[in-house]
Amino acid sequence: MGNLATREAYGLALKDLGDRNKNVVVLDADLSKSTKTNVFAKAHPDRFFNVGIAEQNLMGVAAGLAAAGKIPFASTFAMFATGRAFEQVRNSICYPQLNVKIAATHAGLTVGEDGASHQSIEDIAIMRVLPNMTVIVPADATETKQAIDFAAEYHGPVYIRLGRAAVPDIFGEAYEFRIGKAALLTEGTDVTIIACGVMVAPARHAAEQLISQGISARVLDMASIKPIDKEAIIAAAHDTGAIVTCEEHSIIGGLGSAVAEVLVENAPVPLERLGVMDTFGESGTPGDLLKKYNLTEEAIVAAVKKVVSRKNA
Amino acid sequence: MTQKLTQQQLTELAGHAKSIRGNIIRMVTEAKSGHPGGSLSAADILTVLYFAEMKVDPAKPKDADRDRFVLSKGHAAPVLYATLAEKGYLPKEELLTLRKINSRLQGHPEMKNVPGVDMSTGSLGQGLSAANGMALAGKLDARDYRVYALLGDGELEEGQVWEAAMFAPHYKLDNLTAFVDFNGLQIDGPISEVMSPLPIPEKWQAFGWNVIVIDGHDYNAIYDAIQTAKTVKDKPTMIVAKTIKGKGVCQMENRAEWHGKAPSREECATFLAALEAMDD
Ligand SMILES: Cc1ncc(C[n+]2csc(CCOP(=O)(O)OP(=O)(O)O)c2C)c(N)n1
Ligand SMILES: [Mg+2]
Repeated sequence: MGNLATREAYGLALKDLGDRNKNVVVLDADLSKSTKTNVFAKAHPDRFFNVGIAEQNLMGVAAGLAAAGKIPFASTFAMFATGRAFEQVRNSICYPQLNVKIAATHAGLTVGEDGASHQSIEDIAIMRVLPNMTVIVPADATETKQAIDFAAEYHGPVYIRLGRAAVPDIFGEAYEFRIGKAALLTEGTDVTIIACGVMVAPARHAAEQLISQGISARVLDMASIKPIDKEAIIAAAHDTGAIVTCEEHSIIGGLGSAVAEVLVENAPVPLERLGVMDTFGESGTPGDLLKKYNLTEEAIVAAVKKVVSRKNA
Repeated sequence: MTQKLTQQQLTELAGHAKSIRGNIIRMVTEAKSGHPGGSLSAADILTVLYFAEMKVDPAKPKDADRDRFVLSKGHAAPVLYATLAEKGYLPKEELLTLRKINSRLQGHPEMKNVPGVDMSTGSLGQGLSAANGMALAGKLDARDYRVYALLGDGELEEGQVWEAAMFAPHYKLDNLTAFVDFNGLQIDGPISEVMSPLPIPEKWQAFGWNVIVIDGHDYNAIYDAIQTAKTVKDKPTMIVAKTIKGKGVCQMENRAEWHGKAPSREECATFLAALEAMDD
């Protein structure tokens, strides 16, 4: 699709979905220009509802629509969808297992200049912990579209984490997203890099760079954080004996933790986790932030070397 | 009063309400915990809704065209379960399993497993939003069902209530009728002392609702307000129902301590006798 932000891809996918499925309704909380639900709103004004700056009511209205048979997509920034309205998501959506899709944008540090108040680095952790919730972190435009289509077909709550900044294309048109399945991007034998979201592209580049240094790295895109692909993680442990995870999220509770949970119970091997080190972000360009918080190709290369040396020790 | 119930209807409603109140006392006693006060204050409203108004069929609890009821003050689960049992959704014996392990009757209403429960609630402040969503879906699908919600007066202290209050008139949800169970009490005491949400009718009016203030234990008044709400176009209606917490059991009436306490077996017998002696 050409280096779109996943939120841009979401806007387009949602409009398409709306063309095909008349039961889809979209709710936003005064951020439709940013979340890109405005694309849907323009095409289907009769099925778009702005709730205003009221995220708790956003989730509750979505729950009621779902209880009456609609397929609501509720969008706002990840910070507010999962932070301000956490308990509404828990009690009004997940507990009754209602068919609500929460597509939250501006996740992670790459929100950029708005700074820490708007940079959600906890959302994967707090959505993953909810019973009945499915959690997806797409890496590019193609995967976003497929995740949105999956969410509409699947019956039950889904959290889709989307970004503000443009990301390079990872997948071709032929790609098929499957829930609970990792996507193998690069085959390798010495180590496996498991990434999600904006970290998938640097993970792939790191693997390329590592070839010249004599390290063969497998790269997995783990968009399906919950349910997670246990088989792929266990196979990676058996085949490569060392694992690095990377995510634009707190080191506590996100992808790295989910992978660690599987490894420690099934196939303990050396693991290095890259993420935001239990600290808040700050203002800056997305690129500067990823550099400062050590979420780069170079950081992945360094983590790989460390984990491989641990494996060989 | 414009819309009146017949004498026979009034007698029937009083019978149902008495039976519901008795079951509230019994089930909370048996559970050894639960919320009798706010269940008793709402019993007459639920009685009129389920036995004089709502288009519902216990044989088809998921019917797409049914009227819906959201008990936003979910701690009053006993009154909802007792009403659903009275209506035939549940066997009355099952009421005594309230709050026990493996029972469908959770401490707060749960929609997945209990026929007739239209929304899971318990965390105060959330129900009106869900009712908004149901009412909006009704408009989108051009179905003529109505959505009812019941909020506590203390519950009005929750911020989300006022987000929801803004939403319903904005989207002209005239298929939505809500009630405030205005019993003047919350857990820690009178609402005016804990954190006053007063004046209540004026607030809803200011948010764009059609507001009707009634005696929440007067069947004709409840029924009439519901009928009036159905004639109002483009606005949701809030029925502010003045009630007595613990209504029907004189020993419990207007006493904050009976908000969330179960009677002992001896008290249960005394309370049931008091209820029997209450005039309809
Ligand atoms: C969000 C939330 N906070 C606190 C509680 C605990 N709680 C249960 S009932 C209650 C008081 C409710 O008072 P009111 O709404 O007036 O109910 P009623 O008098 O009708 O029983 C409180 C604070 C809760 N259930 N949900
Ligand atoms: Mg009260």
